[in-house]
Amino acid sequence: MKKRTPLSFARFWAIVIKEFVQMRRDRLTFGMIIGIPVVQLMLFGYAINGDPKHLPTAVLLADNSQQGRSILSALKNSDYFNFVRELHTEAEAEKVLARGEVQFVVTVPENFSRNLLRGEKPTILVEADATDPAATGNAIASLRTLLTSALQQDLKGPLAFLAGSDGPVNLLVHARYNPEGISQYNIVPGLMGVVLTMTMVMITGLAITRERERGTMENLLSMPTRPLEVLLGKIIPYIFVGYIQVGLILAAARYLFHIPMTGSIPLLLLTSLVFIAANLAMGITFSTLAKNQLQAVQMTFFFFLPSLLLSGFMFPFRGMPEWAQAIGEILPLTHFLRIIRGILLKGNGFEEVILQLWQIALFAVVVLAVGVKRYRRTLD
Amino acid sequence: MTESFAIDVRGMTKRFGDHTVVNGIDLQVRGGEVYGFIGPNGSGKTTFIRMLCGLLAADAGEGSCLGFDVITESDAIKRQVGYMTQRFSFYEDLSIAENLDFVARMYGVENRREAVREGIERLGLAGRQKQLAGELSGGWKQRLALAACLIHNPRLLLLDEPTAGVDPKARQEFWDQIRELARQGLTFLITTHYMDEAERCDRLAYLSYGNLLTHGTAAEVIAGAGLSNPSLEDVFIHLMDSSKDNYSL
Ligand SMILES: Nc1ncnc2c1ncn2[C@@H]1O[C@H](COP(=O)(O)OP(=O)(O)OP(=O)(O)O)[C@@H](O)[C@H]1O
Ligand SMILES: [Mg+2]
Repeated sequence: MKKRTPLSFARFWAIVIKEFVQMRRDRLTFGMIIGIPVVQLMLFGYAINGDPKHLPTAVLLADNSQQGRSILSALKNSDYFNFVRELHTEAEAEKVLARGEVQFVVTVPENFSRNLLRGEKPTILVEADATDPAATGNAIASLRTLLTSALQQDLKGPLAFLAGSDGPVNLLVHARYNPEGISQYNIVPGLMGVVLTMTMVMITGLAITRERERGTMENLLSMPTRPLEVLLGKIIPYIFVGYIQVGLILAAARYLFHIPMTGSIPLLLLTSLVFIAANLAMGITFSTLAKNQLQAVQMTFFFFLPSLLLSGFMFPFRGMPEWAQAIGEILPLTHFLRIIRGILLKGNGFEEVILQLWQIALFAVVVLAVGVKRYRRTLD
Repeated sequence: MTESFAIDVRGMTKRFGDHTVVNGIDLQVRGGEVYGFIGPNGSGKTTFIRMLCGLLAADAGEGSCLGFDVITESDAIKRQVGYMTQRFSFYEDLSIAENLDFVARMYGVENRREAVREGIERLGLAGRQKQLAGELSGGWKQRLALAACLIHNPRLLLLDEPTAGVDPKARQEFWDQIRELARQGLTFLITTHYMDEAERCDRLAYLSYGNLLTHGTAAEVIAGAGLSNPSLEDVFIHLMDSSKDNYSL
């Protein structure tokens, strides 16, 4: 049996300091740390911030009344909608939506006018192609005001009471093809997880292979070190980097995209720590497995792609096949997305968060254990 | 600790695939001795040294280094050995002072600041401690590496071609320093391709294709060669030529 040196905090700290200094001197990495979130925010932010107008719209007018006509002409005059054509059957509506010919089908039901005038609050159905939910949000919001003002003229005098505070009609929106209804509120917080996954894994993914390729590994190994000291020492400095990114994206979310922040920000920062650590651990473990930097980069991508595709960032999680969901459940990003959306949008607290958080923590521990096991203490 | 030999190993063997790079080498180095390790390129000098400090796992062999088991106690050995690698292996993106500070921390050196300052001064690097190691010339890198190897007061120094690419005057100073440290009790195992350096060693070993062909003082090695009035260099060239017949690459 080999005799082992006990773990030493001093050696761990020596590596932390060294990595910090090296990180500061590495302009390229530092640029990447700031650049990636900024570029991603610009890219996604442009799509989100854009307020698409003139969305192709078809109308199914089952009630050819004066009120129905008012709605139709109001739609035609609106900036948000571009009236394409009138439909006559449900099947037709189905077809134009499926083909992507229109973004919306607005259905004015039979007896609309009669029910309206009786004060029964008839329902107007809006079927929205929500595959690009960012496109539909503002338009739908404007539809409510549009309907109210279109019907205003008809609801004068004794009927004025119908145009009450919550409008004369019910608006029923069916978000088609996108049951979770991912919106811009979903994307920007999710972006935080995506950016962290991408940069954190990449940064530490190169950590060990870089030492090997520069020849400094020989020196490091000739000193009495334990793998855990080296691996943790290389992880810690980048936690700060992760927090720089978290700060950047949170600021952008708040001031650029006006994302509601319902829940506790300290709680979010705490959970971010676990998530950042998990990704750094993944990277450092790749680094111990990879023979050279190219392999490390390839492994990073093999991790990043499923994270992007199967976590629920790109596609609604519940819409994926079961095998894909099973893979997704392993990935830290999946759980982090639920946490961050939960905290920011739903105002979730610790009890809800912990259900996801322990799974990220478990991932980190398992992955780091693999890294420690695979860390080669000789040059063989 | 009272061991008669700083290094006392037998049958050290290393194979890469089916290529035996170090073939059953026995070596004994006394405490306070400057021991020269000579041999052509690829003869296994670096590989042997790496096995001594646990950087490569030996395929066979046993013995002790500074009184510790060379196979099982490499952590203890590492703590008391200074290993200067053939290729510069400190951090080029750290300054001279930062490199020394890192090494001192890793070995848990007491009075770290003092030790770093001394190391810088001893090597005449004062005033340049903020310079990045990567910006140093080859000779200065070698000096930095030696300073770093000494910072934790090792008892044994394994120096792998420490003077390669160093100018004659600096080489002279280097060896003066080594002799001074040996006088203080440090043990050295040094590889070199320079004959004048080989002659300055207390004893020598000559390696070829992983085999130790001859060893002893310079005088013994010359006498053992059986050539008429040879220099040390003649002997090595003779050994190199004759060993080629017995092994193929
Ligand atoms: N990691 C390795 N994998 C495979 N072969 C190796 C490895 N390291 C060294 N070798 C081989 O072992 C042999 C001895 O190499 P070594 O570096 O020990 O020689 P050396 O005596 O130090 O040579 P030099 O004087 O050029 O430094 C060489 O043939 C080399 O190709
Ligand atoms: Mg060598």
